[in-house]
Amino acid sequence: MAGRYKSPLTHADVTPKAAWLNRRQIIAGAMAAGGASIASPALASLGARKTSYGSGLEPNTFEEITSYNNFYEFGVGKDDPAQNAGAMQTSPWSVVIDGMVDRPGTYSMDQILEGQTLEERIYRFRCVEAWSMVIPWVGFELADLLDRVGVQSGARYVAFETAVIPEVMPGVRRRVLDFPYVEGLRLDEAMHPLTIMATGIYDEPIPNQNGAPMRLVVPWKYGFKSIKSIVRITLTDSEPPTSWNKANAREYGFYSNVNPTVDHPRWSQATERRIGGGLFAARQETLMFNGYENEVAGLYEGMDLSVNY
Amino acid sequence: MLCLLFLRDRCLSACAGHWALRRMKPSQRINLALSRVPAWPLYIVGGLVPFWYLYLGLTGGLGVEPIEALEHRLGELALQGLIAGLAVTPLRNMTGVNLVKFRRAIGLVTFYFVTCHLLVWLVLDVQILSQIWADILKRPYITIGMIGFVLLIPLAVTSNNWSIRKLGPLKWRRLHQLGYAAAILGAVHWVMLAKGFQIEPLVYLGIVVLLLAMRVPKAVKRAVA
Ligand code: HEM
Repeated sequence: MAGRYKSPLTHADVTPKAAWLNRRQIIAGAMAAGGASIASPALASLGARKTSYGSGLEPNTFEEITSYNNFYEFGVGKDDPAQNAGAMQTSPWSVVIDGMVDRPGTYSMDQILEGQTLEERIYRFRCVEAWSMVIPWVGFELADLLDRVGVQSGARYVAFETAVIPEVMPGVRRRVLDFPYVEGLRLDEAMHPLTIMATGIYDEPIPNQNGAPMRLVVPWKYGFKSIKSIVRITLTDSEPPTSWNKANAREYGFYSNVNPTVDHPRWSQATERRIGGGLFAARQETLMFNGYENEVAGLYEGMDLSVNY
Repeated sequence: MLCLLFLRDRCLSACAGHWALRRMKPSQRINLALSRVPAWPLYIVGGLVPFWYLYLGLTGGLGVEPIEALEHRLGELALQGLIAGLAVTPLRNMTGVNLVKFRRAIGLVTFYFVTCHLLVWLVLDVQILSQIWADILKRPYITIGMIGFVLLIPLAVTSNNWSIRKLGPLKWRRLHQLGYAAAILGAVHWVMLAKGFQIEPLVYLGIVVLLLAMRVPKAVKRAVA
């Protein structure tokens, strides 16, 4: 059921699309003039429902959101995904949905999107590396998809898996991580109305470096939980393994909720730097659950968050 | 006639010079060429590089997160500088090419890069005084980098003729072996901060270890003698 979420903010809080379109056209023009062969994608509007859901912050520019990414399959540099991910074929694309569901199977993207109302959700995005953005996602609630396939009563967790295409993924060939990248959520986290499957940004199809054709977005968790380019969704009764936890359990827990009071061994999580502020950007305070405390704190009642980090 | 004799003379001496050059080993020829190159341009070029990056950062040339990019580029430069400094001796031993004349400039410019790297971290990245202390103490990769920086301070301070005279060559050389530790720490610092399995920092660490290992046979010989 789309549109469950309401917010007091109005759409006027968002950068007018015309403003960023202008900027993009200038950038695209500059690239064309420079002889770059990067075709600017057709500005096909997804026609997402304009909800008033937003954080009250101004979103980052399309350029910022699509040029500074962590997507280790395509390389460990922040600009590697933008440079390399274009080679990934995202159409046709299908997603295996299996495990404890009533209607398991291989679903094409068309089938997944059929009848879904896409809506815009402007969320804060906080990386574990202590940087952040505000992103106007387009997508639908994961709960809507899970309801369709029918979650069986014993299921307690949802596991996700990213595509592995070594031919176009240099990071996979170099074994930066134990691929495929896997992530997981507790079922109540997955069913939470803030949790979405994103298929667009700024009302355009989501670029490959951001996780095309479909990625998870869980705004109150560190960014690496929001797994990209999903090819499998599995309902299980036990906590699924997650990639960064496998790589370094001391540093990355299963929950990985944004929490300024629980430090990561490498980075203090008390503050963050918003991308786009240039060379003299000031740090800002990180908010509990990335500012979604009212909505999600109840999910973790009675849990010690410094143990379940 | 006199004129012809004179010409023949000129030719002979030129040919002799040419022959001398021909008989030289390539390394000697390189050394001869290098003897005409002064070291001071290294200070100027090295001194300007961080400002060039700063300029790029201010004008969008370092992408949408210039602080991190600046920090990383300066860190890489610092490590490359340490490696260049460490390479001088093995290069001379193996090929005869002698860059000793440039080593002081390499060392001082490298120290300057490390200092800039640290300053970017302090002033642009962390910004908050209490967090700076906490990070130095609590985050092992920062602690390691910081020790590397501190070890380089006495080296920078004594990179002048007066200090060499004052300390005596033996003591001075001992002191400057701290550079070995600093290079190892700098490379380990990168290995520690790299997430996942990354080749690049391991390659750098491998090069540092190799350059130090190449000194071992000589050191053993000296100890035995
Ligand atoms: C011997 C001295 C040092 C050397 C050779 C060195 C070298 C490096 C290198 C090569 C990198 C990685 C660059 C990249 O990823 O492209 C780096 C990153 C970094 N260094 Fe250093 N460094 C030194 C000292 C320090 C000191 C004293 C500090 C601060 C107290 C420091 C803080 C950092 C930070 C914060 C990063 C980036 C970490 C991140 O992005 O997560 N380094 N350094």
